[in-house]
Amino acid sequence: MSSDHRHAPGAPDIALRVEALESLLTEKGLVDPATVDAIVRYYEEEVGPLCGARVVARAWVDPGYRARLLADASAAVAELGIDGPQGEHLVVVENTAKIHNVVVCTLCSCYPWPLLGLPPTWYKSPPYRSRVVREPRAVLSEMGLALPHDVEIRVWDSSAEVRYLVLPERPPGTASWSEERLADLVSRDAMIGTAVARPPDGRSRTA
Amino acid sequence: MADRARPEVEGAGVLDAQGPAAPPRRNGELVFEAPWQSRLFGLTMSLHRAGRFGWEEFRTRLIQEIARWERDSPPGAPWSYYERWQASFERLLEEKGLCAPADLGDRVAALAARAPGHDHRHGESED
Repeated sequence: MSSDHRHAPGAPDIALRVEALESLLTEKGLVDPATVDAIVRYYEEEVGPLCGARVVARAWVDPGYRARLLADASAAVAELGIDGPQGEHLVVVENTAKIHNVVVCTLCSCYPWPLLGLPPTWYKSPPYRSRVVREPRAVLSEMGLALPHDVEIRVWDSSAEVRYLVLPERPPGTASWSEERLADLVSRDAMIGTAVARPPDGRSRTA
Repeated sequence: MADRARPEVEGAGVLDAQGPAAPPRRNGELVFEAPWQSRLFGLTMSLHRAGRFGWEEFRTRLIQEIARWERDSPPGAPWSYYERWQASFERLLEEKGLCAPADLGDRVAALAARAPGHDHRHGESED
C-alpha cells in the first residue's frame, strides 16, 4: 500500500480542502474558529473511555445499578452525570461466562460517543466493519482475544436509533477493590467487546 | 501529545500488526491522526449544533459515501474514513446551500497558490 497519498499524482489535497472550507464558512459567519477549537478540545481531551469505565465499575459493585443499567441504560448513565447518546437509545449488553458481546457499525461508524469518546481507527475500517459480522471469532482472535469455543459470540450492529456498550465480566481477584480501581481495569476495547477487562495484575491504564 | 509519528493515511487492515490501523491494546490512542481531521470534525459538529442540519442527514450521506467508495474503488485503494467524511460534508453543504462547489474550488486554488512558506503540505506537522 502506498504510504503517503499526499504525494500521489492527482490525489486531492484533503488538508487544503478542509482549510478552504473553514475559511469560507468562517467568512460567511456560519462557524467561529474558536467554537471549532472548543469542540475539538472537548472530544480530544474531555470525553473518553473513562466515562464508560465508571459506568462498568459501578455496575460491578452495585447489583441494583447493574439491573437498572441493563433495563434502561440511558437513564442509568444519567445517574452518573453522563449524557446518553443524543437522540439515540443506549443499550448495554452483558458478557457472561458463556456469552461474549461485540459491537460494530456495519454502515458507517456509529458509536456511543458520550461514554467512549470518538471511535478508534480500526472501528471505522472496512475490514472490521464487514468481517466482524461474518467471522467474529477469527477477528477477535486476530485482535488478541481468543475465546473458548463454547462461548457464544453475539455481534451488535449499531444503527441510527441504537448504540451499544458491552458490560464486560468483572475480573476475578478484585472482590475488595474500590470502584475507582476497578474502573482502571476497563479498557475502551473491553466496552466495544474486542477485549476483556484487564486482570488485576495486568498493566494499568497509562493514558 | 503524540507518542509516535502517525501517517496521515488511515490503513485498510484491521489486522495490521502495526501502522495506522493496528488494533490498539490500550486507551489513549489519538482521536485524530492529522490536524485536518480534527478541523473537519469540528466544522461538522459546529454547524450541526448551530442547527444547520440534523445529524441523521449527515449520517445518511456518510453511509452512502462509504458504500459508494467500497463499491467503486479499485482493490488496494487506500481507505481514509475522514476523506469519506469530507466528501459527505461537502455534499451536504452544497445541498443546504451553505457552500457551493465552485466557491470551494476557487478557495482551494487560491490557498494552493500561496507563497511556499505558506504551503501547509510541507509545514503541517502530524502531531
